[in-house]
Amino acid sequence: MQEYDIVIGLEVHSELKTNSKVFCSCKNQFGQAPNTNCCPVCVGLPGALPVLNKKAVELVIKAGLTMGCQINDLAVFERKNYFYPDLAKAYQISQLVRPICLGGQIELEDKVVRLNRIHLEEDAGKLVHCSAAIGTLIDYNRGGVPLMELVTEPDISSADEAVEFLTRLRQRLIYAGVAECKMEQGGLRCDVNVSVKKKGSKELGQRTEMKNLNSFKSVYRAINYEANRQIEILENGGTVVQETRKWDDNHSRSVSMRKKETSSDYRYFPDPDMLAVEIPREDVERIRKTLPLMPDQLRKRYVEEYGLSDYESEILTREKALSDYFNEVLSFYNNPKEVTNWILTEILNKVKDLSEEIAISPSDLAKLLKLVEDKKVTRTNAKEMLARIMENGEKLEALEKEYAGSVDGDALRALVETIVKNNPNAVEDYRTSDTPEKVFRWFTGQVMKETRGKANATKAEEFIRELLK
Amino acid sequence: MDIGKLSLIELAKAISEQKLTSYEVTKYYIERCQEKSDLNALLEIFDDSLDRASEMDEKIKGGFKGKLAGVPVIIKDNILYKGKKASCSSRFLENYVAQYNSTVVQKMLDEGAIIIARANMDEFAMGSSTENSAYGVTKNALDPSRVPGGSSGGSACAVAAGLAPVALGTDTGGSIRQPCSYNGVVGIKPTYGRVSRYGVVAFASSIEQVGPITKNVKDNAYMLSVLAGGSIHDETSLKVEVPDYLSYIKGDIKGLKVGVLKEIEEAVKGLEVEKSYKEAVKFLKDNGAEIVEVSIPDFKLTLPCYYIIAPAEATSNLGRFDGVKYSRRSAEAKDVDEIYVKSRSEGFGKEVKRRIMLGNFVLSSGYFDAYYNKAKKLQQKLIAESKKAFENCDVLVLPTTAGEAFKIGAKGGDPVEMYKEDLFTIMANILGTPALSLPFGKGESGLPLGLQIVADRLNEGLIYNVADFIENNGGDYARV
Repeated sequence: MQEYDIVIGLEVHSELKTNSKVFCSCKNQFGQAPNTNCCPVCVGLPGALPVLNKKAVELVIKAGLTMGCQINDLAVFERKNYFYPDLAKAYQISQLVRPICLGGQIELEDKVVRLNRIHLEEDAGKLVHCSAAIGTLIDYNRGGVPLMELVTEPDISSADEAVEFLTRLRQRLIYAGVAECKMEQGGLRCDVNVSVKKKGSKELGQRTEMKNLNSFKSVYRAINYEANRQIEILENGGTVVQETRKWDDNHSRSVSMRKKETSSDYRYFPDPDMLAVEIPREDVERIRKTLPLMPDQLRKRYVEEYGLSDYESEILTREKALSDYFNEVLSFYNNPKEVTNWILTEILNKVKDLSEEIAISPSDLAKLLKLVEDKKVTRTNAKEMLARIMENGEKLEALEKEYAGSVDGDALRALVETIVKNNPNAVEDYRTSDTPEKVFRWFTGQVMKETRGKANATKAEEFIRELLK
Repeated sequence: MDIGKLSLIELAKAISEQKLTSYEVTKYYIERCQEKSDLNALLEIFDDSLDRASEMDEKIKGGFKGKLAGVPVIIKDNILYKGKKASCSSRFLENYVAQYNSTVVQKMLDEGAIIIARANMDEFAMGSSTENSAYGVTKNALDPSRVPGGSSGGSACAVAAGLAPVALGTDTGGSIRQPCSYNGVVGIKPTYGRVSRYGVVAFASSIEQVGPITKNVKDNAYMLSVLAGGSIHDETSLKVEVPDYLSYIKGDIKGLKVGVLKEIEEAVKGLEVEKSYKEAVKFLKDNGAEIVEVSIPDFKLTLPCYYIIAPAEATSNLGRFDGVKYSRRSAEAKDVDEIYVKSRSEGFGKEVKRRIMLGNFVLSSGYFDAYYNKAKKLQQKLIAESKKAFENCDVLVLPTTAGEAFKIGAKGGDPVEMYKEDLFTIMANILGTPALSLPFGKGESGLPLGLQIVADRLNEGLIYNVADFIENNGGDYARV
């Protein structure tokens, strides 16, 4: 392995977050009953014509701007012709010669991966393989869903880098509001081109392509498997053939799908049903102004303005949903350090993954932290309250009544008097100790213990100081 | 009132003024269609036509107004009318039922039309004689031993034989004008984009248009005002206001600059049409038009240009007929590949297969630049040449065909001979300009010949004025 360089290029398809499909007015929605979300256009009935959804073009421009792409002033849609049962028209409307975006790059920890292009195309339907008696059925609901295809230059050199690239790409698309990238719904799919060459050699090896990998894990495993397979061939004196291979996740191996000689000639030509799309500079600048902060910009702000650590800001920005949550809590309760501590220690241990919706609203979390700050509830009780809100769906208001300040006033004063009276040694300690605060805290602890945390903490402290004087 | 003698405009007026009912008019035409079934112009007479005519009569009594209220119309078999078959005269779509209305059908229905039948055509509009129909050739309305032209042969024959006051055709390379010429009727291919193509089964998307076929020019202008207009379903349709084309008809052509193409003067030499073409130019001059010689130097290349662009688009457009989703699927097919190969082999006729192969060839890698790209560049060059020509004239006149309708079977063996049928008509499709054919003069057997009037984009009005003038003042020349 050490004697070889691995050369990897990716083609990434992401479903765009539009309301309707790319060439018709059907909803862009996942999970509906088969063939209930289609129309003459997206099932390719005779006579139907595509009408471009401008929003999809705008989203691709947006994606391109977050990666420093050059936006073409004229984009052209072309037909990619091939027969497959899920492709209703026997051609896919895509872009070849004039895509929307050219160039661009994504920075990784240790390197820059250059992009070749980003273009807009339509998704195909889906084959559903049933029992032998029924055979294969086709669901055209996905047909015509807008897809952006991003193609990298072969700048990636390991499975780790590929995953890092995809992680950063996914983050950007989600942050920019371009795509939701729901992997389990096929919202982000990846084709991987892999070749190997002798270390340091300038000459590229023969590449193979693996199609439609739909998890980062399978991308990682597929790259390693394929690189090893190619190295083994070369080590045994063989030659790698150019082919398309299919990754079989269940058996952790790739199998040959088709060789280059039998691959399709797609006979691309400009779609005569569509007008070329003019993209004026003003539009690009208008879109640029709507771009939200990208994760790297947010991280910088968290570190420089909020004083968070690199580690903390990295976790908070990993998922847009989480950084949005964090920012919103801050809008109610402006104590970044404290909010960060609570999110990282108390909240994230109660969610399965970072993109999951957090079961306490930002405003309730802010209220809870304010209760702690005002010493209306103790920190320990606040943690209990948080758990009960997040795990049992209980209401903050009800819990506040239960926990906060239920022992107060004269009753609390009487209790403090009893404790002070029953502990003369401690009282003596307080008056003579070098560290009276330690003793003071022991007294507050006793009060809380006796009231099972339901004492008004501010008042309790006031009474203790008064009686210990 | 003799229904068969009334023009479209007169008929529409009589029905809307309730001097005639839609029911009696529709009944007259349906009976006429049945009587003339020997012509094989129609593939189906819609059996609910009389019911819809009665409903329309009720609506008219209730105050409904529409340009086509109660008027029977025939459509070409590649135009979708919801709930009715649309086979494109192909075995492949033998039982295909339209799932939605095309824009042109919707516009006609909105104006109250009664669509009574679908007309025969060359399969998928590929051909110039209707001999490529899977349902038998249509006969020429004036001489049953001859072809009606094509691909809109059924529509042109239907109007000529009086089966309806108007029929719709489609024109990709002359498919409205050439059959109109052969049957002695009037047809226009409008400016590209003037009429929406939504719901019209595509052959060559970038050059084809729907257009009306009528017995006279005014009816044609009247009908185009109904059909024209941009559609939100068709990006290539022009979002330009539709004029009242009748208002352009002034009955006068004095001072009109009529362009005569140098290249046409050459091309007509020795052809059957030469004499009447020259008479036409003379007629226009005698009536006050100024004759200007202009040039489109690459005129001769319009034919090869067309036979690259059209098959390229066709091969892609016809890909969706794959046997997977609707219509024909071969009973022999055992797997997906066989569904494709066998269904298409059984379902498509010879000419369609030929053009699919041609199209695949010119688009394939290694040949794309040499053929398709070159043809598209040539198209741009031709458009530039025509712009220059139109700087010096208002309209161009040229023949529609080389001669009168040929005998059925006469050109069966040689596809290139058949392709030459479109020599004079293809230019307008490549340029995207409007072009109308009207009868002018007779051929050797006394059958009508056609004259084409071509104008720059969106100048249909100019064309109608000239054509109407010729029709009304051309005497024997203009008489069929």
